[in-house]
Amino acid sequence: MIPGSTASACAAVLRRDLTLAWRRRGDIAMPVLYALIVTTLFPFAVGPEPALLARIAGGVVFVTVLLAVLLSLDQLFRADIEDGSMEQLMLAPQPLALLVGMKVLAHWITSALPLIVVAPLLASMLRLPAAAMPALVLALAIATPLLSLLGAVLVALTAGSRRSGMLLALMLLPLCVPVVIFAAGAVAAAQEGLPWLAPIAWLGAGLVMAVVLAPLASAAALRIAMES
Amino acid sequence: MNLAMGAYGFYVWTAVAVFLIVLLIDTLAPLARRRRNLRELRARIARQENRRRPGTPSSHESHP
Amino acid sequence: MANWVPLWLHRLGSPPVFYRFAGAVRPWALGLALALGAVALYAGLFVAPADYQQGDAYRIIFIHVPSAWMSLFIYGAMTLAAFVGLVWRIKIAEVVAMESAPIGAAFTFITLATGSLWGKPMWGTWWTWDARLTSELVLLFIYLGIVGLYHSFEDRRQGARAACFLVLVGAVNVPIVHFSVNWWNTLHQGSTVRLVGPSHIEASMLWPLLTMMAATKLYYIASLFARVRADLIASEGGKAWVRELLTREEGAA
Repeated sequence: MIPGSTASACAAVLRRDLTLAWRRRGDIAMPVLYALIVTTLFPFAVGPEPALLARIAGGVVFVTVLLAVLLSLDQLFRADIEDGSMEQLMLAPQPLALLVGMKVLAHWITSALPLIVVAPLLASMLRLPAAAMPALVLALAIATPLLSLLGAVLVALTAGSRRSGMLLALMLLPLCVPVVIFAAGAVAAAQEGLPWLAPIAWLGAGLVMAVVLAPLASAAALRIAMES
Repeated sequence: MNLAMGAYGFYVWTAVAVFLIVLLIDTLAPLARRRRNLRELRARIARQENRRRPGTPSSHESHP
Repeated sequence: MANWVPLWLHRLGSPPVFYRFAGAVRPWALGLALALGAVALYAGLFVAPADYQQGDAYRIIFIHVPSAWMSLFIYGAMTLAAFVGLVWRIKIAEVVAMESAPIGAAFTFITLATGSLWGKPMWGTWWTWDARLTSELVLLFIYLGIVGLYHSFEDRRQGARAACFLVLVGAVNVPIVHFSVNWWNTLHQGSTVRLVGPSHIEASMLWPLLTMMAATKLYYIASLFARVRADLIASEGGKAWVRELLTREEGAA
């Protein structure tokens, strides 16, 4: 890889973010523990009856994973903005959109991937039938990067302001609604034994569009939010 | 005048009330903001005048 | 002849010109809105005949439908203003977009509340997750997000630009939400009871409805102009034209 080329810059950003995340390995466990706790609370909240749990399992696991990803999304750019690295990235000759895309990828690897690995365990705790597991994992595998990408655009918009927090959740919710509908729809259909590929295909189409457009939008949003 | 609205009075009149109250707040809020902005602007100008000619009280100067 | 429109629009981009224009138009817009609104409300509540299926409860339609239309219309106007503001960096466009958001949120809230009040006596429930209601609720969240984002920035213009960007993102998302919720309903719930007004609306019911539609549009213009004027005083405070204004307004406020 030629140093200074776009590919090496992307690899460098990815490696840097992964290394930084690895140095705080404990933080990777946080979303997983959060999801575990929330999933455990549901049987206490709605009663342990297996039939009821099985019906809500897919939706509950999905929303729980989504919220866990959302909570960690807030930190996507914060550390870099605070220590000035973000400005360096914005000044780099390589396209900011690609560099931002690499950051989102690193974030997905460190926060969403562990959740996807743990999701079948959570779902079986809630008695999701085995037939629906592949649908759940596939739906999560497509929906979580989609949400990371969409979330990155919104996090970039609030990058310049101090008080994001709940505002991010408020802004992200309208964007999440279609994703949740299609993903949970796929899992529910799989549970009923009905064909479930169509909603997954829609999610896939959304992901493809997001992969292309979201980094560009995030870069634009970062430039807007950071100019002061 | 059918004020009871055929037993649906509560629903219809509450709807009218929501409509009127929300729009009333929407009408009054910018007027209050305008008044506040004018007041703050006058105070700002008075402070600047005072800085240029220290000791000369402006008629609108307000003491904190 | 044909280029006086762009010329006029260009001149409106100047804050003092817009301020004067808005100040001249606003009283007329508000007065007309109140007059038409009063007529429409009176006619809708007392003159129009009762619906043979829904009795007098259907009269909420004269508030609910115009408000729903405005909640979407205002978003459209806001999107246009946000686009112009972001692309051409015209400050007035940014202000128009930002000041439209609270008005849009107000109408969305009215739509949801009056819809609930209509739904309860007619269909037995305050709320149902059908496509229109759910996407209207999401629209309210989008409006609130825009207002929240705008106010979370220290620098007003930076906040406006970020929020205008969010307006555009939301504009793409609104049809997506509606479309996907429609699918979700037909996938899962079978036929939900639909909240549709009278199917063949007769003339005596139609004209109060149309009058109220006109009244709400005029009200939007009046409210928008009032808000933009108030905002310009704050944001253009350092400029000479505002100072002149102040000396003229002496004693008036």
